[in-house]
Amino acid sequence: MSDKKMFTIVLMDAPYENARATTAFRIIDAAVRHGHTVKVFAYEGAVALPFAKQAPHANAVHGRDAAQEDHPNPKDWIAAMMQAAEQAGGKLEWINCGLCVDERGVGEAIAGVTRGSPADLWKNATASDNTLVIPTK
Amino acid sequence: MASYLLIESRDPFESNDVSYYYDLAAGLVKDGNEVTLFLVQNGVLPARKSTRSGALAGLVQSGVKVYADDFSLRERGIAAGRLISGVKPAPIDTVVDRLAAGDKTIWH
Amino acid sequence: MKVLNVIEVAYRATIEEQDDTVVWITHAMKGAGADLTVLLRGNAVSYAVKGQDASGLSFGGKTQTQPPHLDDDVAKLIGKGVDVYVVEDDVAERGLERSELIAGLKTVPRNGLAKLFAGFDQIWHW
Repeated sequence: MSDKKMFTIVLMDAPYENARATTAFRIIDAAVRHGHTVKVFAYEGAVALPFAKQAPHANAVHGRDAAQEDHPNPKDWIAAMMQAAEQAGGKLEWINCGLCVDERGVGEAIAGVTRGSPADLWKNATASDNTLVIPTK
Repeated sequence: MASYLLIESRDPFESNDVSYYYDLAAGLVKDGNEVTLFLVQNGVLPARKSTRSGALAGLVQSGVKVYADDFSLRERGIAAGRLISGVKPAPIDTVVDRLAAGDKTIWH
Repeated sequence: MKVLNVIEVAYRATIEEQDDTVVWITHAMKGAGADLTVLLRGNAVSYAVKGQDASGLSFGGKTQTQPPHLDDDVAKLIGKGVDVYVVEDDVAERGLERSELIAGLKTVPRNGLAKLFAGFDQIWHW
């Protein structure tokens, strides 16, 4: 039996608002580096995590220009994890809840992100070996 | 009986709901389950020995395996030598391993 | 797969969303065939209080015409055959009497949660 598993992970937090998004990425990154398949269902504010129009900026407080600041945009981390997953023999699938995307106007997502519904969450969760819901507050 | 992974991201200095989660962990162990409590983010704060560490120490005594995320500890300047007895630093991979083992996994 | 949806965050963005988004997604997944049970704990036990009224908001003259009706939404889950539990201690601590709550709820004491959890394959804590 393969030791590679499939996990469904539900995220709710928007970028740049709290530590949960970072911890979620750490868990996803660890899972895909181990060669597991991860299916993310992004709900509520989390649909903005892969928004294609995020842009880095300089930091005058620290005296750094944009290049020096190298400000992280979550969309780039997601893209990198998708690639890392494939290299490790797994997969990172990212499904954005469609209604959440519409109300936030973040329809332009990076390549590989798809649009879905709660039915997809249930379908993926029942097909997965385990599920982790990381709620917002 | 089952295995549980309880992930605690909150701390008792800011949230009085942490006691519900610690009590849940103790109750699950009492019912014969295997329980791992993984502290992450500010959830690691009571792992540094202080006047508010008693409840966490009690969980260790009751048989809950308590781990503190090593990055969260480092991020907050908490050295391993300052942790209460029985709480072990652990990598985030611990969460993935427990998910892979089929633990009922709950985030608080 | 039997899943317990634990709802504890209360009144988060419920005006903008016109729903509690976890009660809502529970309805949606039930419609897709999910086997779900709900546990209301902490402040979310307030969702079971009859007669909540969030109507009348208007910003710059633009009125909200469809405010949330959280007690109705929980009652409708029960009507669809979803078991909805409330934590007795959380209800009592908030000064609520059982007569103030919607019909059809099941109750569980806080020290009974471990046993309740044993009956589910997964626990989704929102």
